[in-house]
Amino acid sequence: MSNEGVNNPRRRVLVGASLVMGAVGTASALVPFVASWSPSAKARAAGAPVKADISKLEPGQQMVVAWRGKPVWIVRRSAEAMANLVTLDDSLADPASVVSKQPVYVPGTAARSLRDEVVVLIGLCTHLGCSPTYRPEVVPTDFDANWQGGFYCPCHGSTFDLSGRVYKGKPAPTNLEIPPHFYESDAVILIGEDGVNA
Amino acid sequence: MAVGNPNRAKAEKGIIRWIDDRFPLTQMWQDHMSKYYASKNFNVWYVFGVLSLLVLVNQILTGIWLTMSYVPTAEGAFASVEYIMRDVEMGWIIRYMHSSGASAFFVVVYLHMFRGLMYGSYQKPRELIWLFGMAIYLALMAEGFFGYLLPWGQMSYWGAQVILSLAGAIPVVGEDLVQWIRGDYLISGITLNRFFSLHVIALPIVILALVVLHILALHDVGSNNPDGIEIDQNKDENGVPVDGIAFWPYHVVKDLVAVGVFLTVFCLVIFFFPEGGGYFIEKPNYEPANSLKTPEHIAPVWYFTPYYSMLRAITFPLFGLDAKFLGVVTMGGAIAILFVMPWLDRSPVKSMRYKGWLSRAWLAIFVVSFIILGYLGTLATTEGRTQVAQLCTVLYFLYFILMPFYTRMEATKPVPARVV
Amino acid sequence: MKKLFLLSLMMMMPMFSQAAGPSVQLDSIEVDASDHASLQRGMKTYVNYCLGCHTSQYQRYIRAAEDLHMPPELVAEHLIFSGQKVGEQMTNAMDPKLAASWFGAAPPDLTNEVNLRGADWVYTYMRSFYVDGARPYGVNNVVYPDVGMPNVLAELQGIQSKTCGQVTKTDAHGVAVVDSLTGNPITQESCDLLTVEEGTGSMTPAQFDATVYDLTNFMAYMSKPYKTDSQRIGMWAILFTLLMTVLFYFLKKEFWRDVH
Repeated sequence: MSNEGVNNPRRRVLVGASLVMGAVGTASALVPFVASWSPSAKARAAGAPVKADISKLEPGQQMVVAWRGKPVWIVRRSAEAMANLVTLDDSLADPASVVSKQPVYVPGTAARSLRDEVVVLIGLCTHLGCSPTYRPEVVPTDFDANWQGGFYCPCHGSTFDLSGRVYKGKPAPTNLEIPPHFYESDAVILIGEDGVNA
Repeated sequence: MAVGNPNRAKAEKGIIRWIDDRFPLTQMWQDHMSKYYASKNFNVWYVFGVLSLLVLVNQILTGIWLTMSYVPTAEGAFASVEYIMRDVEMGWIIRYMHSSGASAFFVVVYLHMFRGLMYGSYQKPRELIWLFGMAIYLALMAEGFFGYLLPWGQMSYWGAQVILSLAGAIPVVGEDLVQWIRGDYLISGITLNRFFSLHVIALPIVILALVVLHILALHDVGSNNPDGIEIDQNKDENGVPVDGIAFWPYHVVKDLVAVGVFLTVFCLVIFFFPEGGGYFIEKPNYEPANSLKTPEHIAPVWYFTPYYSMLRAITFPLFGLDAKFLGVVTMGGAIAILFVMPWLDRSPVKSMRYKGWLSRAWLAIFVVSFIILGYLGTLATTEGRTQVAQLCTVLYFLYFILMPFYTRMEATKPVPARVV
Repeated sequence: MKKLFLLSLMMMMPMFSQAAGPSVQLDSIEVDASDHASLQRGMKTYVNYCLGCHTSQYQRYIRAAEDLHMPPELVAEHLIFSGQKVGEQMTNAMDPKLAASWFGAAPPDLTNEVNLRGADWVYTYMRSFYVDGARPYGVNNVVYPDVGMPNVLAELQGIQSKTCGQVTKTDAHGVAVVDSLTGNPITQESCDLLTVEEGTGSMTPAQFDATVYDLTNFMAYMSKPYKTDSQRIGMWAILFTLLMTVLFYFLKKEFWRDVH
């Protein structure tokens, strides 16, 4: 054995090429292992868009549908509540929903909705994922003497208005998320798809 | 640092030196790679050890991933395999890598064992390597058997039924033993659960431990070679065997070529012939296990068929033992006799290159018998086939039983001092 | 030793062909997973005539829609009769216990039928029903004698019965026996001929065969929906490993120049 050829350029090229080839091969072989962790067809079917019939939803009422295992709230707000919402801006952290997650086609207004009084929200607090409770009454409560109606998270005390906008000085960083959704008809909302809005 | 080997190799400086002061990294690297010298005349038969290691890694990785989606219950097992094949993203590749890998494992292990038989790799001082290797083979057969039940198809179920019933042939305790293994009056979800546990935890640990022992023993006494010459009998002034070359990088780059060829064939199977013509995945296994209906023709997976053939070849009672028990004894004996191989070979030379024609002829007879038995094991029995199987079983055993005689009798050729 | 190796390889060759076959000569077809039009027609036949009693509980509508290049909305509209969602698996509302009492055994799931029995079997079986008054549904099957299934495609095929006539004599391998003098095939009397009563079905025999071919083609797709992907990925994988092997070979040669 001798070391005469150890550093010749041919050997360096071959070693380099083999390393690259080996790396590419290993990476390709890992693709199925990585891909298999993404949601399976079963999970995707279970997470398919869901329909919600809002024809029986009265003003002031909330309905909950499950989409991808998460609670999705649909709330039809009363005329008084709608009027009240626009007056709250000063006490809210992100009144125009600038940093909050919502589809581009949902306006960053006080109503945060495609059709005036009906708002669609993912019912999980943006703080640590608890599901807030619906407290629509405008009455003094133990967590807020000046409560204007909205959602209250029992876990860490975050409060949201009836559009899911978070109040200032609360642990939740952003407003409640709005899922992709569209009106299939006047009475039916399809949650989970951008539909005609896209 | 007075404890441990004070003379062990250490790096000059840097992070490796820091580790070397605390862990024999450089020493291990040298012992097993850069200063592990193996004969330079290795031929193609010497690649199957490395390939087995590659397949082992494949089985463990794909096995871990399959476990993520597999459901080990009688109600859910079959559907979960279909779920892996159809719903899990690229799950079919992982499953085929595992199912084809099982067959590939036995292909390379059988070729690896044949190499050992051919070049006398079991002879002194390598008896323990052979014994560890045989233990791996045994554990691997158990692993394959337990794993084959998991898809919970008809062939899984009835294959397991047949093999388990073998234990029932043992006099007195047989039936109770079978019931104890099953944990039920028939193969059921209870059996499936324990087989799953053994397949994914117990046996992989045993196999890994045995592989480490196999390699440690090998690296202590050094690899054999096609000439059966001990290369450390002939060292240069630095203590390096003159006929040896370092495992790293020389044998590694050589093995890489074999890895390339193997992966090409493996990809061909996975992507184009994953069922191996019905030998890797059998057609009846596309039907969920049904304890009330046996498939028309059942056979174990191909890697068990040589022994299965021997079992079926014993159709007569002998020495007061009934045929069924005798068959089981024959089957067990066929595997057991491989363990004592190192003490059956009395030849002064290791390699077939220098043994006489008797050794060569018997090895050829053994291989041909083994393959014929394997083939017959996949078929239904007929009178003619049973007679052929009986003949091959006798030849199989004669290869071992006569070995002490023909290896001593025959004239051997002189072994050169250096490898050719 | 090389000879021994070759010999062992040769000995192993017969291991790579499936051993036993069925007793009836099956008609051979080539399935084609790339013929989307055929697969779409096959799926239509399948959901209309098979899915009422059988299930394909491991096959999702959406997967078929994607693989067969059909818009999921159209599949939902025209091919789903159970009110299921397009992401769901192709099942039916039949109670297996009730079904078992109707047919003698619950109709098996068909997702893996082609894996289990082969495309030729399915193709021949669906065309081999014949009138047999002794059976509960008035039909029997040549490929699967005494099967407890009615001839669901009878309205397309027409009434098929066993008749007698001259058939070409074949040897044990299914090859026609030829008169060594004249070169004409030798015929013999057989009463196992299957003939369709003209005008009883809505299709001509050729149309019917094509329909069953499409159906079988779809069922073959369903048995391995990843097959097209597998062959595409496999080509690249093998190309890659071959290239890698060549490179490693030169790498080995380069390094082994050190070894004398």
